[in-house]
Amino acid sequence: MTAEASDVPVAATPQVAVNRAGRFLFWAGIGLLVLWVLVPIWFLFVNALSAPAEVTGFPKRFWPSFDLASVQFFWNFQGVTAALWNSVKVAVLTMILAIGMGAPAGYALSRFDFPGKEFFRVLVIMTRAFPLPLLALPLAVMFIRTGLDDTVLGLALVHAMLALPFAVLITFSLFSGIPVELEEAAWTLGCTRLQAFTKVVLPLALPGIMASAVFAFVISWNEVFAAAVLTIENRTLTAFLLQSLNVSPLPLKFAGGAALVLPALIFIFAVRKYLFAMWGIANR
Amino acid sequence: MARALPYLLLLPASLFLLVFFFYPFGLVVVESMTRGGEWTTENFTRMTGHWKFSTAFWNTIWLTAIVVPVQLIMALTMASLVQKLKTGRSGLLYIFAIPLGISDLAAGLVWLAIFEQSGFLNSILHAFGIIDRPQLFLGYQSLWVIFLAVVLAEIWRATAIMMVIIVAGMGLIPKEYNEAAEVFGASRWQRFTKVTLPLLRPSLQTALILRILMAFEVFAVVVALGGTTLPVLMGETFQWQFQLQDRGVAAAYAMVILGLSVAFSLVVLRLLHVPKGARI
Repeated sequence: MTAEASDVPVAATPQVAVNRAGRFLFWAGIGLLVLWVLVPIWFLFVNALSAPAEVTGFPKRFWPSFDLASVQFFWNFQGVTAALWNSVKVAVLTMILAIGMGAPAGYALSRFDFPGKEFFRVLVIMTRAFPLPLLALPLAVMFIRTGLDDTVLGLALVHAMLALPFAVLITFSLFSGIPVELEEAAWTLGCTRLQAFTKVVLPLALPGIMASAVFAFVISWNEVFAAAVLTIENRTLTAFLLQSLNVSPLPLKFAGGAALVLPALIFIFAVRKYLFAMWGIANR
Repeated sequence: MARALPYLLLLPASLFLLVFFFYPFGLVVVESMTRGGEWTTENFTRMTGHWKFSTAFWNTIWLTAIVVPVQLIMALTMASLVQKLKTGRSGLLYIFAIPLGISDLAAGLVWLAIFEQSGFLNSILHAFGIIDRPQLFLGYQSLWVIFLAVVLAEIWRATAIMMVIIVAGMGLIPKEYNEAAEVFGASRWQRFTKVTLPLLRPSLQTALILRILMAFEVFAVVVALGGTTLPVLMGETFQWQFQLQDRGVAAAYAMVILGLSVAFSLVVLRLLHVPKGARI
């Protein structure tokens, strides 16, 4: 009953037919799922790369005319460039905050045994059982009192809260994957703890840390609810698009959607090697 | 010094959690139960008294109940297909993982391109000669189509996160278990249900909890596809906070979402409990 049975040299038995049908199902399944993921994205880009008249026209063509009028319209629309720039600023700040606080915690969890370690780990995992975007509601009030309302930093702090649990768990699994013996060897050769970290551990962990930084960037780049609650003048791209959904024309929506999707495609491609390693251990 | 080092390393993250997690959640709880500085249940009665509450509540529950099981099956299928592939695995995994990087708002816009009146669904139906004039799919007269569009968009967007967690989990299961089962004559299906699935429980836990929570937070997809025609809990929270400027009721909604999230997380943990000795 296994795939390996197909090398049995008896032709045209029911077994072979079953295997052939299985093989067909296998590739048909893969083909369908690939289309299921890619075709909707293709449609979005067809819209983004067609002239506004084509976007609202009917019936549609299924390939783009490579007319950049929609993109230009989006780019020149009041507030779009500012929103894009805000999105980038918030995401970069989020990345720095999340990794700056998460990586030391991840390192501590992977290298030391100390009272309270398990407590902290459970705490971090527990935050995932809470709908974090809701934090934006009370923080809106807190930020008005402290002057952080409607600022890039204020939103970045909330996004950092969303990204921090992931940063801690991912860097924890990263550092756990680097043998402690390497560090100990560096100590015996006269390195201080800090030197051993920067000269031995960091170079090994850096690609993974970059990957989790990219992950933090994507979390912030994509976040809608908190961004829409906490920003009024300094909107990010997601908040801008959400707030103008019922007034903006279709070409603007689709060009905006494409602008949101494109960096995501690139970022996921950049971290694809780490996606599974990150989740494998972060699970436990 | 050496003894204090781990605590120093944990300090920034701990302080941050304290200020931006525990404190604000305390505030939400207090805010939902007070009005003008006095303890009251008025926020909750106002919330449940509003005609949109039960619709929003049941829409959210139904969305979750339909989307999550479908996604679980799809994610398991994707992961099993990928496991069997000999070449081109990483390419296929990348394609399957793409929606992981796509925000709910963008996913809503992607499916809007398909379902809007001059969209691709109408164009496809037209090309096959099924209709001769574009149909209005996302109008308030056809709520179920909006619901269906949201279901499809959610399945499309958020299956990737479950797939990634499950693939990672399958990678951790030692091959020997499956081989042993094969030696004893277990069929492929038996091996999947009797070996792979039970060993996958920790990953299934993580995947289901993350996904169910995301489902309760569904917001931008719905707004992009249906505006406020199809109320959901998170959308109502946003409405009360922003349009109606009533933070107390918004906080009450937040408590409902929080309650659902915690309750369902506990249910999943209980259902898929892995005894300490049974872990790989």
